[in-house]
Amino acid sequence: MHNRVALLMVLAAAVAAMALPFLGFAPNRLLSGRPVPLWAAVQGLGGAAALLPGLVLLATPFLRPTRAGIGLTVAAGGLFTAGLVWLAGAQAAALAQGASAAARTSFASGFWVMAAAGLLTAIDAARRLGLGAIGRMAVGGAVAALVALQLASGHLDALSILKEYANRREIFADAVLRHATLVVAALVPTLLIGIPLGVAAHRVQAVGRAVFPVLNVVQTVPSIALFGLLMAPLAALGAMLPGTGISGVGPLPAVIALTLYSLLPIVRNTAVGLDGVPAPVREAARGMGLTPRQIFLRVDLPLALPVFLSGLRITVVQAVGLAAVAALIGAGGLGAIMFQGLFANALDLVLLGAVPVILLAVAADALLSIGIAAATHSIGVLPGKSAP
Amino acid sequence: MIEFEQVTKRFGSWTAVDAVSFTVAEGEFRVLIGPSGSGKSTVLRMINRLIPADEGAIRIDGEDIASLKPEELRRRMGYVIQSVGLFPHWTVERNIATVPGLLGWPKARIRDRVTELLELLNLDPRRYRGAYPHQLSGGQQQRVGVARALAAEPRILLMDEPFSALDPITRASLQTELSAIHRRTGTTVVFVTHDMDEALRLGDRIAVMDHGRLIQCATPLDILTRPASPLVRDLVGREEWGLKRLAVETVGDRARRQESVTGEPLAAETPLHRALSEMVARGTERLPVVDGDGRPAGVLHLSDLVRPTSGGVVPGGTA
Repeated sequence: MHNRVALLMVLAAAVAAMALPFLGFAPNRLLSGRPVPLWAAVQGLGGAAALLPGLVLLATPFLRPTRAGIGLTVAAGGLFTAGLVWLAGAQAAALAQGASAAARTSFASGFWVMAAAGLLTAIDAARRLGLGAIGRMAVGGAVAALVALQLASGHLDALSILKEYANRREIFADAVLRHATLVVAALVPTLLIGIPLGVAAHRVQAVGRAVFPVLNVVQTVPSIALFGLLMAPLAALGAMLPGTGISGVGPLPAVIALTLYSLLPIVRNTAVGLDGVPAPVREAARGMGLTPRQIFLRVDLPLALPVFLSGLRITVVQAVGLAAVAALIGAGGLGAIMFQGLFANALDLVLLGAVPVILLAVAADALLSIGIAAATHSIGVLPGKSAP
Repeated sequence: MIEFEQVTKRFGSWTAVDAVSFTVAEGEFRVLIGPSGSGKSTVLRMINRLIPADEGAIRIDGEDIASLKPEELRRRMGYVIQSVGLFPHWTVERNIATVPGLLGWPKARIRDRVTELLELLNLDPRRYRGAYPHQLSGGQQQRVGVARALAAEPRILLMDEPFSALDPITRASLQTELSAIHRRTGTTVVFVTHDMDEALRLGDRIAVMDHGRLIQCATPLDILTRPASPLVRDLVGREEWGLKRLAVETVGDRARRQESVTGEPLAAETPLHRALSEMVARGTERLPVVDGDGRPAGVLHLSDLVRPTSGGVVPGGTA
């Protein structure tokens, strides 16, 4: 036994495979379904083949930690997850035959535990393989591509979440677009205000002392409370300025609240990044006759970039999640679908909203991680961090 | 030529530099020395206007530096600091090319200059041109720092304790190389240190500062033999005074020109303390001396080390 993490994952998957329901089958979306165990879902050669990576995965904790062994673990974990999705799609299609159109086949706890175990094992192994941000993203992208292929081919159409999607095709596309728009609309003012504020906090201590406590307090206000707090003044403002479209509900208070939340990581990381530029480097730059503008652009900016980008990463991931809550004040987005599902007690509708939010956040995180890795690589290792 | 005329600098109520006047001649190696807080670094940083003077005038070649744009002034001077301050995100080549790049030199000329400087500082251009600062040792980093300061062929080189953070062996070899570069290029050097041995070894003239005032400005020999105050005497120290005294004169200064003797000769520019060491090592009281071209230049006697003879030329000691 060479890897405790992998062993734990594999054990969890094995228990889930035997003891937990793989899928749930209900006559309509309001009734709770009867459980479908994994062994009942495996039908024919195709089903057995889809589970083959799972058998390999069972053996991986006992493999010797060679590059080949770890590589095999990555492949087995990823293929196992994609295979589970294929199996769910195939079983849903089989159950749909002879059932009414209102019947629903949903993922159940067993599926989630096994899929999570497969993905986590693959990610953990990819990290142990020494893959950088780009390599890990490629692994995730490959699994995502296998699932996307099944989606595109219609193999998964009988699953409940896709039936919900089929009913809301246009609303869904609008919601994704609206969600992304909310995030971008909040990022623009955040960067326009946050970067100068961060530079100011770096240069003048008093600015930092004034700004950071305020932003820290904003961060601690729960999002729903902040949305609520903004409703009254904006509604009053809208009443004073009719025709401007200002209102206490809708996208405007959502963007304002998202901006307020996003400011702290941007301001803080801009300031911390600039604080981290070694003083002798600036002194030498000044002594050689670089102008203040040249020092900022050629020295401060590239050296502070990795820290700034990790602040941007926190901001974007946080904003993608918070934008879902903004649906409560009528800002729309994927949150609207989630809440619709919650109020209708339709779990698959909640998933239809939640899964894209997660994917958006993961994609933004991965893209910015690559940016951070590239920026860190381009500045080498800062003095003091490495022995000569 | 650098001239300070009644220059004063205050930080709040503290006077860092107090009505200081001095002149550094063209091509001179001037060392500024003094205890911490004596104002020596402030004086240095006023030359390239990193610190503006409150009162008095600073002139370079007769031109008041207050009338120049600070960036243009700084690009005409080399600047080396103790903590080096190489740009960590740039290669060695790009670091060295900083000022030539700011001055708009053509690419080919910059490239040739980088090669020339790396060779001058004993760094193999093929190996180090593309290296990043974090891949270099402390000594190599400061070599690059010196190369970067010399890149645009400045007529003035300002150095603020450049070798203080290095180990003794690296420091000694960089001191030797700096001396050679100074002799070859004729650049005016202003060098701040708190190490009297370094000052005696490198300086044509040494300016001793204390509490913002200039206490004495003299040749190494005069600093040793005619200290102007107890502070200067303390800076020199009583320990090994005799060897320091010998170190500031060369074999050629004391050799008896008309005599000759057999044996492995010493070069005329060898410092006298090395000659003493050589006599002890060889168990002899007389050593043959040769000049720079290898021709016989007389004989050095042990007794000449103790007391200058008429044949020895004492360098001019005007304080």
